[in-house]
Amino acid sequence: MTDDALSSQPSDRDDTITQPTLNARGWLRFVWRQLTSMRTALMLLLALAVASLPGSVLPQRSIDAGRTADWLAQHKTVGPILDKLSFFEVFAAPWFAAIYLLLFVSLVGCVLPRSLLHWRAMRARPPRAPKRLERLVAHTTTEIAAPPESVIEAARKVLRGKRFRVHSHDGSSVSSEAGHLKETGNLLFHLALIGVIIGVAVGHIWGWKGDVIVPEGQSFANSVGRYATFAPGPWVDDSTLAPFTLTLHKLDATFEESTKGKGQFGTPRDFTAYVTEADKPGGPAKDTTIKVNHPLSVPGATVFLLGNGYAPKITVRDAKGDVLYSEATPFLARDNNYTSVGAVKVPAAEPKELGFSGLFLPTATIDPHAGPTSVFPQALKPALALTVYEGDLNPGGRPQSVYTLDTASLTQLKDAKKQPLRIWLEPGQTYQLPGGRGSITFDGVTRFAGLSIRHDPGKWLTLASAILALAGLIGSLLIRRRRVFVRVSPSADGSRTLVSVGGLAKDDDDGLPELLDDVVAALHDAIGDKR
Amino acid sequence: MNQNLADYANIALYSSMAVLTLSMLAYAAYLAGLAPSRADAKDARVAAREAVLVGDGGGEVVASGEHPAYEIEQGEPVRARKAAGMARTLGWLATALLVAAVATRGVAVERWPLGNMFEFGTFASMLVLLFYFGLSTRRDLRWLGLFITLPVLLVLGLASTVWYTQASGVMPSLQSYWLVIHVTVATIAASLFGLGAATAGLYLWQVRVEAEGRPSFLNRLPASRTLERFSYSIHIAAFPLWTFAVIAGAIWARQAWGSYWNWDPKEVWSFVIWVVYAAYLHARATSGWSRSRATWVALAGFACIVINFGVVNVYFVSQHSYSGL
Ligand code: HEM
Repeated sequence: MTDDALSSQPSDRDDTITQPTLNARGWLRFVWRQLTSMRTALMLLLALAVASLPGSVLPQRSIDAGRTADWLAQHKTVGPILDKLSFFEVFAAPWFAAIYLLLFVSLVGCVLPRSLLHWRAMRARPPRAPKRLERLVAHTTTEIAAPPESVIEAARKVLRGKRFRVHSHDGSSVSSEAGHLKETGNLLFHLALIGVIIGVAVGHIWGWKGDVIVPEGQSFANSVGRYATFAPGPWVDDSTLAPFTLTLHKLDATFEESTKGKGQFGTPRDFTAYVTEADKPGGPAKDTTIKVNHPLSVPGATVFLLGNGYAPKITVRDAKGDVLYSEATPFLARDNNYTSVGAVKVPAAEPKELGFSGLFLPTATIDPHAGPTSVFPQALKPALALTVYEGDLNPGGRPQSVYTLDTASLTQLKDAKKQPLRIWLEPGQTYQLPGGRGSITFDGVTRFAGLSIRHDPGKWLTLASAILALAGLIGSLLIRRRRVFVRVSPSADGSRTLVSVGGLAKDDDDGLPELLDDVVAALHDAIGDKR
Repeated sequence: MNQNLADYANIALYSSMAVLTLSMLAYAAYLAGLAPSRADAKDARVAAREAVLVGDGGGEVVASGEHPAYEIEQGEPVRARKAAGMARTLGWLATALLVAAVATRGVAVERWPLGNMFEFGTFASMLVLLFYFGLSTRRDLRWLGLFITLPVLLVLGLASTVWYTQASGVMPSLQSYWLVIHVTVATIAASLFGLGAATAGLYLWQVRVEAEGRPSFLNRLPASRTLERFSYSIHIAAFPLWTFAVIAGAIWARQAWGSYWNWDPKEVWSFVIWVVYAAYLHARATSGWSRSRATWVALAGFACIVINFGVVNVYFVSQHSYSGL
């Protein structure tokens, strides 16, 4: 009996290789056995690790499309090649999928037969005790002043007490075995990994997510049309989204002001959105808050506060003073001090459509090099810095960003010196546009909340599987698989019994000699025999 | 934030580093004292001199050589044994000072002191020392001392200079009890992996020394087989902890960022680390893979941990940008 015999692990030695000719079935068998061997699993694991790395080095389109585009623009030769090879979408790349699918085929092919073996092994009797226990990795002997039958009886009791499964194949030996849960844990771990993958897949197929910007004072009713971006899984029926509504009353933001250290001053400290939520339009409404780390759960979705920024209230009037545009207009922060970019589009303007674009600066300053910027994220000295365009705001009706102007069919207004007309507005100020084009007023500052609303029906399966995997792993790593054998024979004069105890373990097991000593001591105790 | 208290924390940190340096020198003296025949009179004199120098630093240091839990190896030179005793006492002192530094920092910043790279580095160093000296009370690990104190000093040196971050609050996404759970367990796992890597490295070295049969201080260290088993047992404690940390991180990621897995660079590397250590456990169980080859995989795993901390935190664009740099 060797260590190997205690393992139910399929052998890696492949005897089919030596066959001179292989028919199609033989080949299939050969490939299958290769695929489900430990060595292949190991190689696939290492391959998976290596294949993940480009995903952390190169920008990934699904995480940051802007940075990916920049990278492609800067690397004109390798960029397109890498792009063809899916290097900007590594975790959705066919070669990445190939590795993990192979790994999971291998996993199933390995674990299912093993489960079967294990099922049988769990119900099988412990094997017959070897003739010479002193050949086992751990061995000890003792003498007990009692007849062999009572020693056998005591040994059975002692080993059962240590939670061994016990069987006597003959009158002079006891075989016992413990730690089947180690293999159970190992199988549970591997099977649960499949559960994790299925949970992730369910989330991809039936889950959806959408992002929306809601200025203070405005409402949001959940429907696809309201989202700035909406990403449904392939089998999502987007007419059946949870019909909840939200109203944002106020968004509080605080930033570090006391610590002046590098990398600290001005960093965010708290964001809180005060909202009223109703599960369906007209349904009972309740006041609540959404914070980072404290999302709001509504039936069928979860609402996360992932972004925020400023939505200065801007009013545009025509020459007669009639209001053409009056809205809290979100500007997107472009740095940590909320230097924000945005646009105001006034299609109702006469004679030509008007567009304003530029910056909102919560704490405005004019940097000699960088121009207008903000030096602190809080609205301490807010200002708008805008330029003006007129013409066709939406040539060809192409879809376009709300935050920038498509200047293809627009012309910029110039001042007397033929320089682009620059407007600088602080709250309450109005600027009269030249040539009777009307005026623009900066009424005041409000904030907006960037909400991300998501539904993932697979997350509980993933979580439960992950926890099972962890439990299985702990069992598999910490439980010891051992066999203990006891052999008895009468001493020469027949007054005492010679007891030989041997132990075997799967893998190295430093505790084995100690276990045998325990067994011997317990035997003496059980018989009431002092050594 | 209490800047005064943070200053005291830094004083404790510097003191700990000073004492740990002495401990490291004493461990070096211990190993030098173990060196076999080749360790001629000159080496022994150096070892003795260093031991004496170190001994001058603390009053009751010498007494610890007679600590009851201390097994005296047969044939171990007395000087080496004394050096190791001092190293141990100084090491405990350094550890206590480091615990004080971390605790004081925590009080100063009014939150769990794991919010940036400086705090992560000191916390992990503290854990490594606690694990090492804690395990030393149960078995003789004096041979490992130098290989623990040296890297820990390196990390503390980096933490107190390059990674230093003023005491301060943390951004909203980090204000969660998951910080305490996820980052603490990840730090514990990483510290254990560090301990495992130190032993793994010694094991591979020992394998070579044994194969070549040349005289070396390693001859006095445990045999390669023992080193390998010790390294493995540390790794199998660390691996489930890392698994837990990744799962906890995913739960937290969903709360803070809305999705439990985003393939953010930090997540990619956590995954890679997990897969590489899983490969190590597989390699060790694969027939046809030698133990030493499997151990190289474990060292690759630790290299990934170092990269994840030292490189990904600082240079990669990530949602996890909280290095404070
Ligand atoms: C998704 C990929 C996989 C991961 C993350 C993984 C992870 C692990 C881990 C962490 C262990 C250590 C537990 C222990 O030692 O008892 C382990 C053990 C084991 N794995 Fe995997 N595994 C994967 C795929 C596979 C595949 C494809 C096979 C079959 C070819 C396999 C067969 C085994 C076996 C037989 C053991 C037990 C080793 C022993 O007897 O000690 N695993 N696996």
